[in-house]
Amino acid sequence: MKAEVKQEVERAKEMITGADLLIESLADAQVDTVFGYPGGAVLPIYDALYRSEAPFKHILSRHEQGSIHAAEGYARVTGKPGVVLATSGPGATNLITGITDAMMDSLPLVIFTGQVAKGVIGTDAFQESDVMGITTPITKYNYQVSQLSELPRIVKEAFHIASTGRPGPVVVDIPKNISQELTPPNFKNDFYLPGYQPTKRPNPLQIRKLADALSRSKKPMLLTGAGAVFAKASEELKDFAEKFQLPVANTLLGLGGFPGTNGLSLGMAGMHGTYAANMGMYEADLLINIGARFDDRLTGNLEHFAPHAKVAHIDIDPAEIGKNVPTAIPVVGDAKEALQALLDSPIDQPDHQAWKEKLLNNKRDYPLWYERSTDVISPQWLTEQVYRMSEGEAIITTDVGQHQMWAAQYYAFDKPNRWVTSGGLGTMGFGFPAAIGAQLGAPEDLVVALVGDGGFQMTLQELSVLKEKNLPVKVIIVNNEALGMVRQWQESFYEERYSESIIANPDFVKLAESYGIRGMKVDKEEDVASVLEDIFDYDGPVVVDCRVEQKECVYPMIAPGKGIHEMIGVTK
Amino acid sequence: MKRIITATVQNQSGVLNRVTGMLNKRQFNIDSISVGSSETEGIAKMTFVVEVSDPQKLEQLTKQLNKQIDVIKVSDITDKAMVARELALIKVGGNGPLRAEIQGIITPFRASVIDVSKDSLTIQVTGKPDKVEALITLLRPYGIKELTKTGVTAFLRGQQPAKQVTEINSFSI
Repeated sequence: MKAEVKQEVERAKEMITGADLLIESLADAQVDTVFGYPGGAVLPIYDALYRSEAPFKHILSRHEQGSIHAAEGYARVTGKPGVVLATSGPGATNLITGITDAMMDSLPLVIFTGQVAKGVIGTDAFQESDVMGITTPITKYNYQVSQLSELPRIVKEAFHIASTGRPGPVVVDIPKNISQELTPPNFKNDFYLPGYQPTKRPNPLQIRKLADALSRSKKPMLLTGAGAVFAKASEELKDFAEKFQLPVANTLLGLGGFPGTNGLSLGMAGMHGTYAANMGMYEADLLINIGARFDDRLTGNLEHFAPHAKVAHIDIDPAEIGKNVPTAIPVVGDAKEALQALLDSPIDQPDHQAWKEKLLNNKRDYPLWYERSTDVISPQWLTEQVYRMSEGEAIITTDVGQHQMWAAQYYAFDKPNRWVTSGGLGTMGFGFPAAIGAQLGAPEDLVVALVGDGGFQMTLQELSVLKEKNLPVKVIIVNNEALGMVRQWQESFYEERYSESIIANPDFVKLAESYGIRGMKVDKEEDVASVLEDIFDYDGPVVVDCRVEQKECVYPMIAPGKGIHEMIGVTK
Repeated sequence: MKRIITATVQNQSGVLNRVTGMLNKRQFNIDSISVGSSETEGIAKMTFVVEVSDPQKLEQLTKQLNKQIDVIKVSDITDKAMVARELALIKVGGNGPLRAEIQGIITPFRASVIDVSKDSLTIQVTGKPDKVEALITLLRPYGIKELTKTGVTAFLRGQQPAKQVTEINSFSI
């Protein structure tokens, strides 16, 4: 009898909670940073975090949206999944914008949400929300843990799904009773996903077809997107473009995948892309898309998109091929492997010297331009100074809108994973928290959050995190006292009826100071260089309120509904 | 054009919601969906009858279905030799002499009366959708009180002819 009792006691001593198991599983997944915010349904998890000696740090945001955008910034810069932890109900619903943003931009995230105890799910309990229902359309996959024994497997699957194939966000919803339940340590996490087997290696036949098309082409061109960056294919891409002397246009999210200062780079394509990139796509006879999804902001009116081109499309997600643009040569696979296969194929050099020269002449003859203001700082000029003073080496994060387009136009990224922007969803308030995650992911690098005065005010509560963690993020507010892109469209398409787009702002210097952060204001060109030099040298967080011309517009532009050959504002 | 698509899926909770949510989000027109278990435990079969405008839309549909983590295999079996059947329950008003008349109508359809009450009877019919539709049309004048259909379920015939057939045309769905 006594021996049995003793055994029982021993076993009870070994028991751990579901929350402990979760922490162990995260450690097993090599997680080094968790972005989160506590609350009722995740109290057991935060308690386990407190008790554990987990080899990762937890970054407490001031709003769950801050957590998830930070995780996105972290994922973009490191290429590793960003991990988020939030409570049930409002904690989970505050994540929705970030989850959707990550889904649109294919960012690997694993998001853990607390849930009310299993017994009360479905009863409209306090802080209950239907996380599975809400997140099904905005995640790559989602789970609700119904038995504790499944937890290690689910966590492993979640990281696998988030980070392989076309990356994306995965939600794991954990009812409170599961994280409280006791279990003997169990780390059984083998899994088998018969319905999820992403094709990495491209079909050799398709590679052959693409090689043949290239050797016969007179007007070939490359368009590269974020897929090339996720595949870590920058080297192969550069080798391929240089070997065949192919002009390269980048999508917004593809910037940095191919060096912006390379002689073959035509810059960004699309609505605010360069004349050379857009006319190149219009006139090309072979357009090779590497990991871009032919978004409407890139293609303009589809009727006029690449009308003369045979389209080849390399993508790890087969559903993107042929979705918007008819594709003659589909290549399903990883961009790196596909490019390597092309480099290994015997391909005759295409006869396209005249074409290449034409595109490079377009690049020389129709550069980006702006009227530099004499009395106020021009935002484009400011962006150029940020580029110059950071020697093109900074990690730049942005919100959405004018300042984002100017950053894309005037900051020539030479390396991948340095450009952190909300492309697909176009999320205001993304840039600043994303910079926090980016800085945590790349502690040695200069991280600059170029944000709008509108967007910054959507998530500026995260200044607390900057102060608390003393992260040396440089926040540069491109302040035009307006929702610039909204104002621009009202000017161009709504007869200058500036409906609710001119905004009153707080004193950003005092605001920063109230968080214990250095605040500065610049409104004269002559001060810009010294301020930038100062803040880039300063080892700590800074907020710079940079006053810029309000009436400035982003050009060139393809107006909505127009084709890529119908750009306006190409020249002064 | 109407197409019959089958999908083999992991029988997880929420899988139907995932699939229908995706179809709805991407603006596909679905005529019917039927779901049920298959010969393998943990694996379910879904059959969709869809209306798509062009081959490009159709390709998107199958690709988007395939992209779902829980979906193991997707087949467009429209142009294959297949068996496709649905079941309908039809409650019509009728008493006395009408009953005999209705019985006369349903017999050639190999349908059967499965419930009778004082002033109504319920008919069960199974078959290809056009056959089911034909019977419904014939019964309509008698006053259909209630109607429910399962949606089409289908799979390939055991043997495929060497020459391609278009069975779907034979019942014009």
